[in-house]
Amino acid sequence: MFAAENGLKGDPRLQGISEAIRVVPGFPKPGIMFQDITPLFLDHKVFKDTVDIFVDRYRDMGISVVAGVEARGFMFGPSIALAIGAKFVPLRKPGKLPASVISEQYVLEYGTDCLEMHVGAVQPGERALVIDDLIATGGTLSAAIRLLERMGAEVVECACVIGLPEVKGQCRLRGKPLYILVEPRDIDCCQGM
Amino acid sequence: MAAQDEKDPRIARISSSIRIIPDFPKKGILFQDITTLLLDTKAFKDTIDLFVDRYKGKNISVVAGIEARGFIFGPPIALAIGAKFVPLRKPKKLPGEVISEEYSLEYGKDVIEMHVGAVQAGERALVIDDLIATGGTLCAAISLLERVGVHVVECACVIELPELKGRERLEDKPLFVLISG
Repeated sequence: MFAAENGLKGDPRLQGISEAIRVVPGFPKPGIMFQDITPLFLDHKVFKDTVDIFVDRYRDMGISVVAGVEARGFMFGPSIALAIGAKFVPLRKPGKLPASVISEQYVLEYGTDCLEMHVGAVQPGERALVIDDLIATGGTLSAAIRLLERMGAEVVECACVIGLPEVKGQCRLRGKPLYILVEPRDIDCCQGM
Repeated sequence: MAAQDEKDPRIARISSSIRIIPDFPKKGILFQDITTLLLDTKAFKDTIDLFVDRYKGKNISVVAGIEARGFIFGPPIALAIGAKFVPLRKPKKLPGEVISEEYSLEYGKDVIEMHVGAVQAGERALVIDDLIATGGTLCAAISLLERVGVHVVECACVIELPELKGRERLEDKPLFVLISG
């Protein structure tokens, strides 16, 4: 499930990626240590390495769809899609996609939320990758998998940069493999942009 | 005035890959849906290539993308030209210290935010979004970057809606679009 156990042990690029993540305590609410990936995009080499790792893994898997979860999945997904010759499908919050959609509800800590995909974006039998920056409980990614499967696509894998402890030990989500680059960072006093 | 040469054969395919959705988000609006462009791998690649061809080698170190569709086009361009990508986001989405810029909508106001420290004074930047309408959001993005000493070289969009006069609102700031709708 983690890249280091999955062929990339000791790969120096993973260290660069891990160090590019900034921990922001108390966001969006007290008690949470938010894993901020935006510094990754400020370092061209680290950003390129992140995309390259995913592209190297997926380019020969016959994947024709990269589905990215709004909004941070939009920052990674399209570059991967372009490099592997796949289409990019945005999975969005309700009311954002203008044409006919299918919706999938999922559970949050308090309450529920909803993810949508355009009807016709994927065809039955297509092989798909789901991308997001981070997986915590897996609720959002599970909804993404269900959307794609409802349209007859086959989800080959879910890929994230960061995997939170809740997901550790689980190699699969709804029966689909997970591929995660790094574990979350701990807060340290020397972090900055 | 900069729009891509309409005779470039790639433009016709990009243009025809965009889907028009009437009455979204409200009656009377013809929404330009770029999600269908993203499903056409050649059209999507050509879109990125057209921007990269223009901006490569111009010493641009920042590509700032406006949430959320600017996040789809901005990072591939940034990667190809060796620049960093900076997301410009709706309020309360960016964790940590931000600077904010308020701007006017048809009815009411909105706010766009950027992380403190994402950019340095003196950097040369592009601002990317899928579409320019009135230009309000792009102007706010330019203001945000200029407040911290960044030089905005150009704004780049896939689509322009010329009747909404966004280009005029940008005044002296150059605008480059692929398609004038």
